[in-house]
Amino acid sequence: MRMSERSSWQPTAPLRATGNLFGFALDVFRALPRRPFQWREFLQQAWFLASVTIVPTALVAIPFGAVIALQVGGLIKQFGAQSFAGAAMVLAVVREAAPIATALLIAGAGGSAICADLGSRKIREELDAMRVLGIDPLHRLVVPRVLGAMFVAFFLNGLVSVVGVIGGYIFNVILQGGTPGAYLASFTALAQLPDLWAGEIKALVFGLIAGIVASYKGMNAGGGPKGVGDAVNQSVVITFMLLFFANFVMQAIYFQVVPPKGA
Amino acid sequence: MGVEIRVEGLTKSFGGQVIWRDVTLTLPSGEINVMLGPSGTGKSVFLKCLVGLLKPDRGHIYIESHDLATCGERELYEVRKLFGVLFQDGALFGSMNLYDNVAFPLREHTRRSESEIRSIVMEKIELVGLLGAERKLPGEISGGMRKRAGLARALVLDPQIMLFDEPDSGLDPVRTAYLNQLIVDLNQQTGATFLIVTHDINTARTVPDNIGLLYHRHLAMFGPREMCLCSEEPVVRQFLNAQRIGPIGMAEEKDADELAAEAASGAALPPLPPIPLQLEPSNGLPRYTQRPAGQWCLAHGVKPPPGSFQPNVSTAPGAAFAAERGRA
Ligand SMILES: Nc1ncnc2c1ncn2[C@@H]1O[C@H](COP(=O)(O)OP(=O)(O)OP(=O)(O)O)[C@@H](O)[C@H]1O
Ligand SMILES: [Mg+2]
Repeated sequence: MRMSERSSWQPTAPLRATGNLFGFALDVFRALPRRPFQWREFLQQAWFLASVTIVPTALVAIPFGAVIALQVGGLIKQFGAQSFAGAAMVLAVVREAAPIATALLIAGAGGSAICADLGSRKIREELDAMRVLGIDPLHRLVVPRVLGAMFVAFFLNGLVSVVGVIGGYIFNVILQGGTPGAYLASFTALAQLPDLWAGEIKALVFGLIAGIVASYKGMNAGGGPKGVGDAVNQSVVITFMLLFFANFVMQAIYFQVVPPKGA
Repeated sequence: MGVEIRVEGLTKSFGGQVIWRDVTLTLPSGEINVMLGPSGTGKSVFLKCLVGLLKPDRGHIYIESHDLATCGERELYEVRKLFGVLFQDGALFGSMNLYDNVAFPLREHTRRSESEIRSIVMEKIELVGLLGAERKLPGEISGGMRKRAGLARALVLDPQIMLFDEPDSGLDPVRTAYLNQLIVDLNQQTGATFLIVTHDINTARTVPDNIGLLYHRHLAMFGPREMCLCSEEPVVRQFLNAQRIGPIGMAEEKDADELAAEAASGAALPPLPPIPLQLEPSNGLPRYTQRPAGQWCLAHGVKPPPGSFQPNVSTAPGAAFAAERGRA
């Protein structure tokens, strides 16, 4: 009996899990336009997510900017192209570093909080109670959380971009002896506005993925408090993998659609 | 008025493990029903199937013109408006205090003003004896209080069908007595159909119109209270009289060796204790679906155990045996 239960694992299990996740995402999209929109829950969640992510984001963004400045600065000096330091910084930070830092924080800090919250509601049967009282938790709890995660990711991305560029400036000008004028002037040499938009769109997608995976894992937690812990763990790992993959795909598409400046 | 629930050939399993199969029963409109069964036989799972939280593998659940086993999500949310459900652990919303928990269904489903809501909520909170605790969070109160708050929330929309999962576990005997009276009174006032899962033999013997017993992956018996209390069926008899002797063992059913040893030792079930009178509404008026004491026994030519339907029969089974032994 026990043995047969354990050996009932089938090779199609991962496929089924993926299918369930997509089914869940579809259900969320279907619940999205349903009225009335839960503004209160949305604002509460957005505020909560912002409060757990803003400080770590700022703290991560500064060393991110500094590291990139260090790398790029050294490389550029060898080429003798110091005047492009600012441009390279903007490109690196806005296109790559900001969305990645946002992704890490939204998944690590925001997603885990969402997953733990929904998971503990699930094991306390609060979600069942809600369904019995005629409220769909997907509409009531998940939609505001997913939108909140997207909203906060959008702003975090802007924050990382600004803080990263400022950090790079400080590093480049003060520590590496670059000139402020050259740094600022080169901004427009290689970078262009679509870079920023692309970063923001990426951030929105990251928020969406993190919100959906965290909600899915939370609402399907089982087996008591340990189940919730496992769900949080899995949700963070799965979100990371999906985010890095999505980042790669979107960047590839971006280079096809928007030709790099000066090329 | 209450609503009839008709369950036909219901089967539920989790990952190949059958919980129960072919459960067929009808919860008659406006009657009080009790579901018994050893721990882990799937009573809570049965309740969750009845409200459509779990989909059965096979079978039908007919409520009015709907079949809950096959209907879609939207229809399900519609049918659920008939239900008031008390979960085994209360299932209160942890982020809201008791007042907001009880007010939640009213705020979601009615257009009442806050002052109307307040008067309804306070009335229900008083009904379950929680006045003064309404500002507390669910994490700050005892299990018995959580259960009573869950009950208040289940009652607030005046449901036609009330499903209570162990309303009396974790309650002291006095609160349990009040709760049983409350159930009978509510049934009289609202005419709702009740299904109560309980482990309290006293409740099972005195409150319901019908008793059901889930055991060993099937419905062992479902029928009028007097029928079950007169039953000579070993499982029913063992369970309704809280005995160790009989087919139910500690882990699950006893194996052949244990049963043989039991038979060899000459241990036999004591005679059936007298059937107590059914609990009556506190205003003395009969309930709509109440049947006269002894009617079923009379109609079916079954002789009830001696001493049945006496007003002074003690309701506690242990005490009943003591009286029996004293007389012998
Ligand atoms: N979601 C689920 N997934 C898998 N198995 C489950 C699930 N819910 C319940 N079970 C199993 O179903 C069986 C019946 O559980 P249930 O909670 O209905 O018992 P019960 O009769 O209510 O017991 P108790 O009297 O202790 O409350 C148990 O063996 C349990 O492990
Ligand atoms: Mg149970």
